[in-house]
Amino acid sequence: MATVSMTVNGKAVTGTIDSRTLLVQFLRENLRLTGTHVGCDTSQCGACVVHVDGKAIKSCTTLALSLEGASVTTIEGLAVNGTLHPMQEAFREHHGLQCGYCTPGMIMAAVDIVNRRGHALDEQTIREDLDGNICRCTGYHNIVKAIAAGAEAMGGKAKPARQAAE
Amino acid sequence: MSSQSSSATGIGASVRRKEDHRFITGQGRYTDDINRPGQAHAYFLRSPHAHATINKIDTKAAAKMPGVLGIFTGDDLTADKVGGLICGWMIHNKDGSPMRAGAHPALAQGKVRYVGDHVCVIVAETLAQARDASEAIVVDYGVLPAVVDTASAAKAKTVVHVEAPDNTVFNWHLGNKDETEKAFKAAKHVTKLDIVNNRLVPNPMEPRAAVGDYDQGEGAFTLYTTSQNPHVARLVLSAFIGIAPENKLRVIAPDVGGGFGSKIFIYAEETVCVWVAKKVGRPVKWTSDRSEAFLSDAHGRDHVTHAELATDADGKITGLRVKTTANLGAYLSTFSSSVPTYLYAPLLSGSYDIPAIYAEVDAVYTNTAPVDAYRGAGRPEATFVVERLVEVAARELGKDPAKFRMQNYIKKFPHQTPVIMMYDAGNYGAAMKKALEIIDYKGVGKRKRDSARNGKLRGIGFSSYIEACGIAPSAAVGSLGAGVGLWESAEVRVNPIGTVEVLTGSHSHGQGHETTFAQLVSDKLGIPIENVSIVHGDTDKVQMGMGTYGSRSGAVGMSAIFRAVDKVIAKGKKVAAYVLEADEADIDFADGHFKVKGTDKTLDFGSCALQAYVAHKFNGQDLEPGLKEGAFYDPTNFTFPAGVHICELEIDPATGTTRIERWAAVDDFGNVINPMIVEGQVHGGIAQGVGQALLEGAKYNSDGQLVTASFMDYCMPRAGDLPSFDVGMTVTPCPSNPLGIKGCGEAGAIAAPPAVINAITDALGHEDIAMPATPQAVWRAAQKSLKRMAAE
Amino acid sequence: MYAFTFHRPATARQAAGLLAKKEDAKLLAGGHTLLPTMKQRLASPGALVDLGGCADLKGIERKGRNVVIGAMTTHAEVAASPLVQEAIPGLAYLASHIGDPHVRNRGTIGGSVANNDPAADYPAACLALGATIVTNKRKIGADEFFTGLYETALEEGEIITKIAFPLASKAAYAKFRNPASRYALVGVFVAKRGSDVRVAVTGAGEGGVFRWPEAEDALKTRFTAKSLDGLKASAKGINADMHADAEYRAHLIGVMAKEAVARATGK
Repeated sequence: MATVSMTVNGKAVTGTIDSRTLLVQFLRENLRLTGTHVGCDTSQCGACVVHVDGKAIKSCTTLALSLEGASVTTIEGLAVNGTLHPMQEAFREHHGLQCGYCTPGMIMAAVDIVNRRGHALDEQTIREDLDGNICRCTGYHNIVKAIAAGAEAMGGKAKPARQAAE
Repeated sequence: MSSQSSSATGIGASVRRKEDHRFITGQGRYTDDINRPGQAHAYFLRSPHAHATINKIDTKAAAKMPGVLGIFTGDDLTADKVGGLICGWMIHNKDGSPMRAGAHPALAQGKVRYVGDHVCVIVAETLAQARDASEAIVVDYGVLPAVVDTASAAKAKTVVHVEAPDNTVFNWHLGNKDETEKAFKAAKHVTKLDIVNNRLVPNPMEPRAAVGDYDQGEGAFTLYTTSQNPHVARLVLSAFIGIAPENKLRVIAPDVGGGFGSKIFIYAEETVCVWVAKKVGRPVKWTSDRSEAFLSDAHGRDHVTHAELATDADGKITGLRVKTTANLGAYLSTFSSSVPTYLYAPLLSGSYDIPAIYAEVDAVYTNTAPVDAYRGAGRPEATFVVERLVEVAARELGKDPAKFRMQNYIKKFPHQTPVIMMYDAGNYGAAMKKALEIIDYKGVGKRKRDSARNGKLRGIGFSSYIEACGIAPSAAVGSLGAGVGLWESAEVRVNPIGTVEVLTGSHSHGQGHETTFAQLVSDKLGIPIENVSIVHGDTDKVQMGMGTYGSRSGAVGMSAIFRAVDKVIAKGKKVAAYVLEADEADIDFADGHFKVKGTDKTLDFGSCALQAYVAHKFNGQDLEPGLKEGAFYDPTNFTFPAGVHICELEIDPATGTTRIERWAAVDDFGNVINPMIVEGQVHGGIAQGVGQALLEGAKYNSDGQLVTASFMDYCMPRAGDLPSFDVGMTVTPCPSNPLGIKGCGEAGAIAAPPAVINAITDALGHEDIAMPATPQAVWRAAQKSLKRMAAE
Repeated sequence: MYAFTFHRPATARQAAGLLAKKEDAKLLAGGHTLLPTMKQRLASPGALVDLGGCADLKGIERKGRNVVIGAMTTHAEVAASPLVQEAIPGLAYLASHIGDPHVRNRGTIGGSVANNDPAADYPAACLALGATIVTNKRKIGADEFFTGLYETALEEGEIITKIAFPLASKAAYAKFRNPASRYALVGVFVAKRGSDVRVAVTGAGEGGVFRWPEAEDALKTRFTAKSLDGLKASAKGINADMHADAEYRAHLIGVMAKEAVARATGK
């Protein structure tokens, strides 16, 4: 067993864990943050995507011990003081989710796309950058729409979401 | 966004989903998120061989490994009198004898029959310990040759189950054989196709999981599981497998991360988890990883078919005949036998007036994972046969494929097909016209020429699908072999201040029932949608239900709610009559108010509810207090959603890459409660259908090893593989249920595969391509096209 | 996963010490090959030495006529580096198309090169550009480094510290992805430096990354995609699997080579 300390969603956390504990296991089992999911075992589906030091990574392919001192943001840490993040709002507004299982990873990936590529995203860019996230329900149509709208909203220039959709 | 609603949350409005808040904030609660105090973990030792006898399982060393609480085998199941898994649909052979079903133990008994078959279970303090112990178990296998190939399974020397010596589960048929033969003899032209409908792995993003719990004090079991139909799971686990009587067995299906059919079935893993919880005296959790899911989730499709279509001199379709072999895998999964029979052949008339149809279906056992219902279940296979035949016939006859379809559409309703179904309502021509407009059919010639100039091949393909949904009425499915009635139940509980809980036997795992059902109730009762909560997925809360599959939750589940709400309103009128001191016959209910006809005396719904519970204004002998009503709804017919999908795509003959450029979908789902959710279902269905056509295919090698056993080799559709879709609708209300709903969950998956393949073959100029049309396959087929073009 | 002990040194020197001292120790870079393999219980190192804390293994710099990239630099960092984009845009392009965005945020150039997966992208760039792989012990030319499937010239205890890519006058990469895994079904990196042209192919070879001399000769005459017209790569020694047989892969080598040259020449 070994000890690891990191910041998760702004809070300092410490855990005593088996060295083989993956970040996703540390989040789900030690911290009971079950919003981060596991959908495959080959590092492809992206249900487990979280941000480490501001960058999207697959928490199923990262050892918790490798992240000593890191700052981790999960889906549970995206809303601030109960106010939803614009990307969360956009997914709801544009029906970018059905069963909800891929959704946390999808939203974390979406925020990362905006962080890297800015607020004006065309369809092709979004589709290409979703290469690491698999959704079986939506056919991606509404996810793409949600991310474009969420990106714009993150830029602060968006119309009120409901109005923009109509 | 389209909207026919008068209110922002009423029927026809694209209400944003009530359930989304928990999902977008990471607060969804799926089975693997549930941990019970003292929980142990199960690991299944699975067969590495496709076919082998088990001579001995030596667990001695493993049992002493750290953390191990118990190791259990098929012998322990027998000792505890735990029954085998069942197939709930009886099919009869052509000669009237029953299908030949082999035993299906939850843990192997003497033999393993596919790679991934369950040899034994190890329960330990941690999953890692259970897995460590599994490696210390020594199994003495007698490896046997494997039967893998669908088409030749019946001729194989190896026998999967002694009960079926020629590996044939049943040989079944449907239709009018003699008339069909006559039609083909008289035909001017016969179109022939050999078709393989590729095997698919459903792959909902949430893998299956189960937590079994046993309360020693109460002598009662609880099973948390990833199920589309927890009540059916309880029924089977109780009445057939014998875990416990129903009153001592609670099944909870919490948030479920997609199902697509694969979570209908009652599998070995949840059966074992709930059984061993009592044996080890601890809650026991099992969560599938993706690799296990590939091996052990029921797969879909896997048909080999020869099909022929007869036409007369005018291009009128006069007959259709089909010979299909369906691979059901190593064991009969819960509804497997119904899929290539009653969910398949009755759809072979498609949208067309075909006077003579005859279908023969042989189902075979092989040493592969069990095959059962996957999104569409039988109907995609039928639609693929019909829509490929029709497209190819049009080409062979030199007719425009759209016009050829229009010529042969059924135009009068109701229409009795030669294969059981009585289509009740539809307007196929209207859908075709709308789809042609959306895709800009007139411009396709120019677009093809533009592509050709760039060295690309462009094609357009049609699919004019029909499906039968609802999987009811009960009497009808019962006469066809179903072991259960396929009605649905609902209970509407009004609380004293007028908020409402709706308990439904339908289960939501992505379909948005918490919103759509609430819309219906709020619209009918005239109360805010926030005041309506939907309760589902727990056998202790909802008394009974049949679950969600076959696009039935709208047509059947919501109809049950509709009826229960009607009963609530009727009871409310009685209460209001007392309160308003009027005759019950004079009470009207509209916009959330009970009103005495011709007066201004009214009682709002909430006040009525309060009066029903306070019960001061009436005599409890004359009228029972309370406001709670239930209904069981059994429809009068299947429902028949139909529509036209058109796919336009471009092939790069240099690499074989296929790019879908346009997609027009026009569907007739009858009346629509929430267009946003319905369109979402269409999108997702198309994506799975495109996946089948272009990307996905489960392959076993000749030893029965699954070679597409992870996302590294089994190609899941990604965002970049798909276009945005143009979705339109036409509406002919369904006459068979009070809401006029037909169902929308499977349409896209049914419609899409032939649309894609018809477009590819249009681009190629020949029919020689199978699903999945991977870049390699398309490249090879395109070389043939280029050679032909050069020769011309 | 099987159990292991975990070590996180702060420098490459400390890492080398641990690697020598711990029994059955393996280096952990980005972990995107090693960890999935360990999860499947197909690898069982007794100790993992995580290089993620070694600051001296990170960074990108221009040294004369070379771009030098620290072994623990992620694919995303290479892709986004203005220095790489300006000096060897084909290399930045390659890095931007490895795996997916999340993989690129963890996966490293050193890990990829040391693993020498036959379908990995970086080996093609190393071979075509004539990179030098620098270890804690020596410098190895790319031609000598990649010795076979998952095999390299690295010896026990040797750690890649950086990779030096000499500038080229023209260089580009084209890849046809495996539809399922997104690895290279075929990837071709072309580089022209003076009169020298090198064409390296990944994803296709039974023995891993290799050069295509016929294409190099054709391109030396004239560095244009047209020079490759009619030139067919031999299907001999080419990988075959369910996604692509040898004939199709060999064909794709030609198509990707042309695409890479077109990209390199801005056409």
